[in-house]
Amino acid sequence: MKVNPTGWNPTMPEEIANDAGAPLTTITGNRGLMLEEALIFEIGTTETTGVDLPAPAAGAPNRLGGLDRAESFGLPGLSEPETVRHYTRLSRQNYAIDCGIFPLGSCTMKHNPRLNEKVARMPGFGDVHPLQPESTVQGALAVIDELAEWLVTLTGMDAVAMSPKAGAHGELCGILCIRAALEARGDPREVVLVPESAHGTNPATAAFAGYRVEGIPATAEGRVDFEALKARLGPDVAAVMITNPNTCGLFERDMKAISDAVHAAGAFVYCDGANFNAIVGRVRPGDLGVDAMHINLHKTFSTPHGGGGPGSGPVVLSAALAPYAPLPFTVKQADGTISLIEEADVADHLPGSFGRMSAFSGQMGMFTRALAYILSHGADGLRQVSGDAVLNANYMLRSLEDLLDAPFGASGPCMHEALFSDASFAKGVSTLDVAKGLIDEGFHPMTMYFPLVVHGAMLIEPTECESKATLDQFIAAFRGIVERANAGDLGLTQAPLLAPRRRMDEATAARKPRLAWSPEAAA
Amino acid sequence: MTRYFTEEHEWIEVEGDTATIGITDYAQGQLGDLVFAEVPKPGTSLAKGGDAAVVESVKAASDVYSPVTGTVTEGNPAIEEDPALINSDAEGEGWFFKLTIADPAELDGLMDEAAYKEYVAGLD
Amino acid sequence: MRYLPLTDTDRSAMLDVVGAPSIEALFSDVPESARLPGLIEGLPLHASEMAVERHMQRLSDRNIAAGSAPFFLGAGAYRHHVPSSVDHLIQRGEFLTAYTPYQPEIAQGTLQMLFEFQSQVARLLECEVANASMYDGSTACWEAVVMARRITKRGKSLISAGLHPHYVSTINTMAGFTGDVIDYTAPVLDAAADDEALIASIDDETSCVVVQYPDILGRLPDLAAIAEAAHSKGALLIAVVTEPVALGAIKSPGELGADIVVGEGQSLGVGLQFGGPYLGLFATREKYLRQMPGRLCGQTTDAEGKRGFVLTLSTREQHIRREKATSNICTNSGLCALAFSIHMTLLGEAGLRALAAENHRLACLAADRLGAVPGVELVNTSFFNEFTLKLSGNASAAVKALADRQILAGVSLGRLYPDAPDIGGGLIVAVTETTTLEDIEALAAGLQEVLA
Repeated sequence: MKVNPTGWNPTMPEEIANDAGAPLTTITGNRGLMLEEALIFEIGTTETTGVDLPAPAAGAPNRLGGLDRAESFGLPGLSEPETVRHYTRLSRQNYAIDCGIFPLGSCTMKHNPRLNEKVARMPGFGDVHPLQPESTVQGALAVIDELAEWLVTLTGMDAVAMSPKAGAHGELCGILCIRAALEARGDPREVVLVPESAHGTNPATAAFAGYRVEGIPATAEGRVDFEALKARLGPDVAAVMITNPNTCGLFERDMKAISDAVHAAGAFVYCDGANFNAIVGRVRPGDLGVDAMHINLHKTFSTPHGGGGPGSGPVVLSAALAPYAPLPFTVKQADGTISLIEEADVADHLPGSFGRMSAFSGQMGMFTRALAYILSHGADGLRQVSGDAVLNANYMLRSLEDLLDAPFGASGPCMHEALFSDASFAKGVSTLDVAKGLIDEGFHPMTMYFPLVVHGAMLIEPTECESKATLDQFIAAFRGIVERANAGDLGLTQAPLLAPRRRMDEATAARKPRLAWSPEAAA
Repeated sequence: MTRYFTEEHEWIEVEGDTATIGITDYAQGQLGDLVFAEVPKPGTSLAKGGDAAVVESVKAASDVYSPVTGTVTEGNPAIEEDPALINSDAEGEGWFFKLTIADPAELDGLMDEAAYKEYVAGLD
Repeated sequence: MRYLPLTDTDRSAMLDVVGAPSIEALFSDVPESARLPGLIEGLPLHASEMAVERHMQRLSDRNIAAGSAPFFLGAGAYRHHVPSSVDHLIQRGEFLTAYTPYQPEIAQGTLQMLFEFQSQVARLLECEVANASMYDGSTACWEAVVMARRITKRGKSLISAGLHPHYVSTINTMAGFTGDVIDYTAPVLDAAADDEALIASIDDETSCVVVQYPDILGRLPDLAAIAEAAHSKGALLIAVVTEPVALGAIKSPGELGADIVVGEGQSLGVGLQFGGPYLGLFATREKYLRQMPGRLCGQTTDAEGKRGFVLTLSTREQHIRREKATSNICTNSGLCALAFSIHMTLLGEAGLRALAAENHRLACLAADRLGAVPGVELVNTSFFNEFTLKLSGNASAAVKALADRQILAGVSLGRLYPDAPDIGGGLIVAVTETTTLEDIEALAAGLQEVLA
């Protein structure tokens, strides 16, 4: 077996040390503005409602085919004031970008402009049905078309598939285009090569699409081992999936040569676009020989993360893959109107399309937000975005590397994220402890234990949206915690002490899953 | 009875042509609190070095490899029921499965306890 | 640029710390040939908030919003009234701008909400466990088919004629790459779904039977009988619910014996949004838990013994299991799940039942009124809030002609089934609490006119 190469091993505090602050108890469990909130199942009843509706009339017509739901199913309701209060109180237990820096590496937690929210709610976007006649949704189709044009231009590619619903769905779209292209030329292949530092979605996607996954080693300086990759290329390799800039925060210098070698071997280059924010407006993946790349609109183009979704993952495609793009898509007609091409018309427009990946046309609510963001920045603003994002990350790297091990700090400037390992920490203190220490200081921690190729990895992505003052505050707090970790201060293993919750017992949660409320389990 | 160890942190105790297999105490310590285990069904044919069982902590999933080729005679239901048993007694009650050894010569390349101890010491 | 806080003074001070002469110098690892020396040509420069808003408003104005016309579209997306507090609450920055709750100590708001969401969905569908949501109903449906294959180790899926054709397309696309055999034929305009034919097609190779409830034509298949038949052959029943409001009136798929229930949660809280983002519901039996895709939130305690919630069983997922994961999904539809959950909390069981009753009452009125229009025939004997009309003429043409009269009449079967011209007279009409009697009269009059 392989034993936990990342070093991620959640631990619970041995005991709550008194000098570390025994819990202050109150009658309510509240601690000042830190408010406890019960579950709706504990405060609501099945008779309570916060919506006024006509009472069902006795003897009304019934054409339910005898399937009336007679038994109560135990859904609690709350009045409107109780509802507003419940969710407001819950919201206050969350950290969010609106509260402070959220330096999760590989996640690009940038500010979510409120103009985007306003625009997405315009009735012509928020209140249109996906199957309305084309003549009644020309504005919505124009949004898709206009955003598509921006994405194609910014990436220097030939086409874009707009329908994928998130980054991983976009990856699947790209890999399915590749598979369709290979099958169309009668050359089905079996293997997809993925660097060991890749996001887990890459191998999962390739496997889901029926490919065998093989790893590509990295060099000591944190980049793809080009020689090893070249040696592995052959007639069985369908595609190489590369993240560029990579998850170690570095630009793959050999990218163009890699693409050329992959193409010469008859395979395709899939680029994971998770880190596009580092290069937007400065580097076009199309110039690097990429065949397909998804763009996380919720990363680079500021659509809200919403506590974990929804995302949106349009995929830009090279000329070689464009003929296989999924349904539906928009086409601009000679008279200026825009058509939505579905099953009925696909044979006339894109006979090689691999088909539909989901119902309807994609994440319209994310398209409107992303377009508002892009139009706000323009070509000049987007170039400044990547510049400031990279500057902020390098500032972070150089302000911390005297205290922390930066495994690739000597490999040149980083891109938009700075990577550290746990090598400097004294025995008994882990990356997890440092992360939890940051929580007590009022910051959301960095990404931890990713990428897998670095032990105890800490990946910090400040984004362009943080001021120098915020970065300096974060750096000062982080330095203080790292000094404690390096000195072996085991008090950190108790952290967090000051958050709404202390460390959670994740082992019990997984051993005896309680995934829904039940009266018996409420105690 | 002889106990051997692999570089992949499995132990194998051999008695005649049957063997009992588990993961080492070092391995359970590296994995942390274990929350799930799945052992092979009797009759399963296993190849040396092939996937035999699965063990999971909260943040890691690991495949347990079979140190030798053979046919499974018994899986340990106790660790499926209570994976914490692997944490508390990895090299005893926390065993994973028993098999009939196909080729005893395959044991030759494995480490004895002293060699494994030295090997683990070199990992830290 | 209003979203960028660094000043030029900041930038030069930071460059000094970094030891680089310019921001451009930080990109030295990018080969010169791939580095753009200046702005990408042909793109406009930055714009003020007012200018962007004006541009987007113009585009918005070129659409006919559902709320501004008599509106009868359904077929997988439904227009319901969303209480104002739902949208207010999901726009609280602590929900809107939070990430996936990877640090549970400072994400209990999202986590408790997800636990409540899972609990609500499990009760609504009457399943033991529900996950924290998928992208949408169609992708959830495909994932259910894949999950059934993992459980049964069989590769043939039987798809009922009443499944939304976009869902069928999604399944077909994916099956083309995985080698699953998909057994499906398009529906015919019968008053009731042909459950007997479906049951007769189940055999020992069948992994799962996928049945939409209510189906694409609004009919109510006999899930209990199908479940029994599937189970007798060792197959699973996957029930698909595209209109969860229906479950305030009709028996749940879980009660009727479904093994996996997937659904589109859009109709509660989320809004139409031209097709996305929507909300995939996914629930099943506890014994299949480890084969389930997607995020799960579970209850536990913290170091002080206080109840709290965490993401759990994540070893099923791609970030740990990589190529052996149950799915490549890396997200849930978090904010849509929140909207759904808040709307459900406002309704409660009493409210959901009242909402469903009002939908059914108006749908019955509309079915009778529209079925009485010359050249129009009501197809269904049973339905919830959506039914199919058979028009004497082509329904796609009628929909177009009515759109020109500012009436959004419904979804024509010609649009959904371009290869089945024999059902081209079919028009799917959805009626919700937002539909007024005037709307119904307008549609009746319009239909009479365009069919004359």
